[in-house]
Amino acid sequence: MEIFKAEHVDKKYGTFTALSDVSLSVQEGCIYGLLGPNGAGKTSLIRIINQIFAPDNGDLYYKGRKMVPDDVLDIGYMPEERGLYKKMKVGEQALYLARLKGLSRADALKCLKYWFEKFEIQGWWDKKVEDLSKGMAQKVQFIITVLHNPSFLIFDEPFSGFDPINATLLRDEILELRDKGATIIFSTHNMSSVEELCDNITLINKSKCILEGDVYEIKKRFKSDVYEVSFNGELEKVKGALASRFDILEHKVVKDVNIVRVKMLQKSKDNELLSLVMPHVHVTSFNEIYPSMNDIFINVVEESNQNQL
Amino acid sequence: MSVLGPIIIAGFFALMFYMATSQDTGLKKIAVVDSTGIFIKRIPDTKYLHFIYLNVKVDALKKTLNKTDYYGILYISPIIAYSSGGVQFYSYQQPSLNVTQYISNAIEKEIRNQKLLAYKIENIDSILKSVETKIEIETVKLTEAGEEKKSSTGLAMAVAYIGSLLIYMFILLFGVQVMRGVIEEKTSRIVEVIISSVKPFQLMMGKVFGVALTAMTQFTIWIVLSMLFITLIKAAFMPDLAPVNMANQPQNLMEVSKSMPQIQPQTPQINPELANAFSMVDSINFYVMIGSFLFYFIAGYLLYASLFAAVGAAVDNEADTQQFVFPITLPLIIGIMVMIGAFQNPGSSIAFWFSMIPLTSPIVMMARIPFGVPYHEVIISMALLVITFVAAIWLAGKIYRTGILMYGNKASFKELIKWLKYKN
Repeated sequence: MEIFKAEHVDKKYGTFTALSDVSLSVQEGCIYGLLGPNGAGKTSLIRIINQIFAPDNGDLYYKGRKMVPDDVLDIGYMPEERGLYKKMKVGEQALYLARLKGLSRADALKCLKYWFEKFEIQGWWDKKVEDLSKGMAQKVQFIITVLHNPSFLIFDEPFSGFDPINATLLRDEILELRDKGATIIFSTHNMSSVEELCDNITLINKSKCILEGDVYEIKKRFKSDVYEVSFNGELEKVKGALASRFDILEHKVVKDVNIVRVKMLQKSKDNELLSLVMPHVHVTSFNEIYPSMNDIFINVVEESNQNQL
Repeated sequence: MSVLGPIIIAGFFALMFYMATSQDTGLKKIAVVDSTGIFIKRIPDTKYLHFIYLNVKVDALKKTLNKTDYYGILYISPIIAYSSGGVQFYSYQQPSLNVTQYISNAIEKEIRNQKLLAYKIENIDSILKSVETKIEIETVKLTEAGEEKKSSTGLAMAVAYIGSLLIYMFILLFGVQVMRGVIEEKTSRIVEVIISSVKPFQLMMGKVFGVALTAMTQFTIWIVLSMLFITLIKAAFMPDLAPVNMANQPQNLMEVSKSMPQIQPQTPQINPELANAFSMVDSINFYVMIGSFLFYFIAGYLLYASLFAAVGAAVDNEADTQQFVFPITLPLIIGIMVMIGAFQNPGSSIAFWFSMIPLTSPIVMMARIPFGVPYHEVIISMALLVITFVAAIWLAGKIYRTGILMYGNKASFKELIKWLKYKN
C-alpha cells in the first residue's frame, strides 16, 4: 500500500518554476530517495509534502485519501536548514516541539525519556543548546524529528553536516525505524547512501521528474553488459579468446590475479563469456557490473540537460 | 531585567530624593548687611534659611567669612531697585536657585509694600488683602446636547500625553522585539522545524501576541515593583516628608505675619490644580479615554508588530534591517511630532488628517480625544485603522511565509513585492 502519493504537482515562485508535473508514489515501509542536483526542486517538493507550501496544481494523497492539514502531525521532518533555539534548554525545547506535534505532556515526556536513554544523553536535559557541540546538537535534532513516533519521516539532506560517527548512527536509526514500520523519504547528494539505504528513488532535474523506480530495477535498466572476470593464467590467451565478440575495457593485476573488465559487443548469453574463457585460464570470479547510482545520476542528469538545450 | 528594571528606576528615584533632601536639610545662616536699613528683620526666615542682620562693613565681613559659620553674605546697597549689583550675595558655594529666588522675592515684595505704604492710603492692610487674588481659569466644555462639562485642560493633556507616549514606546520597543524574535528563529534555523508543525501565519501571530503578553507582564512587574520600591525609599529617606510641609508652611507664615503685621499673608492653599484634579476626573469621560487608549494601543501594536515581523522575515541578520525599519519608524516619529503640535491646536487640519491616517492615528488621535472629537471622526479613524491592520497582517503574513525560508540573499523592496505575488 502506498502511504503517500503526489500527482502532477506544479509549483512556481513568481516566474521561476520549481516543480512541473511531478508525480511520485511512496510505498509504505520503504526508504525512498529523492535525488537531484542543487536547485532541482527537491526541497520544494519536501516542503509541499510537509504542507509548508501548497502546490499550484496537483493533488496529494496520504494513506489513501486526500492529504489534510493535520497529517503533518503524523510526519517527522528534518529540514536541510535546521537548528534549535540556542538559549533554550534541551529538555524543555524538545518537550515544546513534541507538544507542537500534538503530543500530550505526559506522552512527550515518556517518548523523550526513551530516546534520551537510547542515546545515553539523559545528562543533557538542562543544558542550553548553545552549550552543546555540533554533534550533540545533531543528536537532539534527530530525536526531535522522530519523537512523536511519526509513520512518515522526511529527511532533507540528513547526512550533510554530520560527522561520520553520527552519520552512521543516523543511518542505523533510519534502518531501525524502517524495520519498525515507518516510511522514510530522504533527499541526498550522497549516492553511496542511496545504494545502501534506498529501495526506490525519484530523480528530479530542473523541476521535472526524470527517473523513478526501484533502485535495483534502475540499475538493471542502465547496465551496459560489462562483466568483470578474475582469473589465474595468461592475459594474452584470454584476449585472443574474446577478441571477436568482446571488448576489453580495463585490465589490472591484484596479487597475481588478473582482473579484466569486458564489454559484450553483441547480445549473447553470460555463459558464452565464461565458456570462451574457461578453456584457457582458471577463472576465480565472474560478475556482471551494474552501474553505480553515481554514474546513473550523472548520465541521466547530463542527458536531460542536453535534451533541454 | 524584569527585576533589575524596577530596581534601577527605584534607584533613580532614591537618588532624586537624596539630592532633593540633602540640598535643603542643612541650616544656612545668612548674614545680611543692609545699608538702606529698610530690610532689617523684613526677610522672613525659613526652616533652612536664617537671616541674621549685622551692622558691619561688608568688605570686612567678606574677609572674615571663612572664620564665621555664615553660609553667605547678603549685601543690600543703598540704591537697589532696577540696577544690577544693587543686591549682592557672597558665598563660597554657588547658592541654589531656591535660595536666590527666595531672597529676591522677599526683597521685591518688601520694596513693593514700602512703595505702597508711601502713598499713605487708608486701610492699606485690608486693601492689600482684598487685592490679593489668584486666578484659575475653569474651562467649561459645551456639548451639542447643551450640557456643560467642566474640564481640566491640564489634566486631559497629561493623560493624553502619557497615553500617546505609552503607545509610541510600546510599539517601538516591542515591535522591534517581535522583529528580533523572527530574526532569531530564522538565523538559528529552527523556523522550518516549527512550521512543519504549525502554519507560518500561526507562528507569526503567535510571536506578535506572545511578545505583547510578555511585554504586559513585564510592564506589570515593573509598575508594581517600582511603586513598592519607591514607597519603601520614600519611607526610608523622608520619613518626615509630610510633617515637614505642613509644619513648615504655617510656621513660616506665622513668622511672616509676626514680622509684617501690616500685610496679611496669603491664605494657605493646596495647589488648586491638584485639588481640582479630583473633581475634574469625571469631566474627561474616562471610559471613553481608557477605551480608546486600549483600542489604539492594541490596534496600533498589531499593525506595527506585523510589519516588524515581516521585516524580520525578510532579512538574514539585524544589520540588514535598517533599510526596512526606517520607513516603519518614520510614521511613528511623525506621529509624535504631530501629537505634540495637536496639544496646541487639537482642531487643526494637520491633527485631523494625521489622526485619520492609520499609521499615525494611534498616537495623534489619543492627543485629540481629551479635547473632544466628534464621534464620527473617531469611528472613521478606528475603522481605517482596523482595515489597515488587517491588511498589514495579511501582507506581512505573505512576506513572512516566503521570507523565513529564504537564506543568504538580501531582500530588496522589489523582491518583497514579488513575494506578495507568490501563491501560498
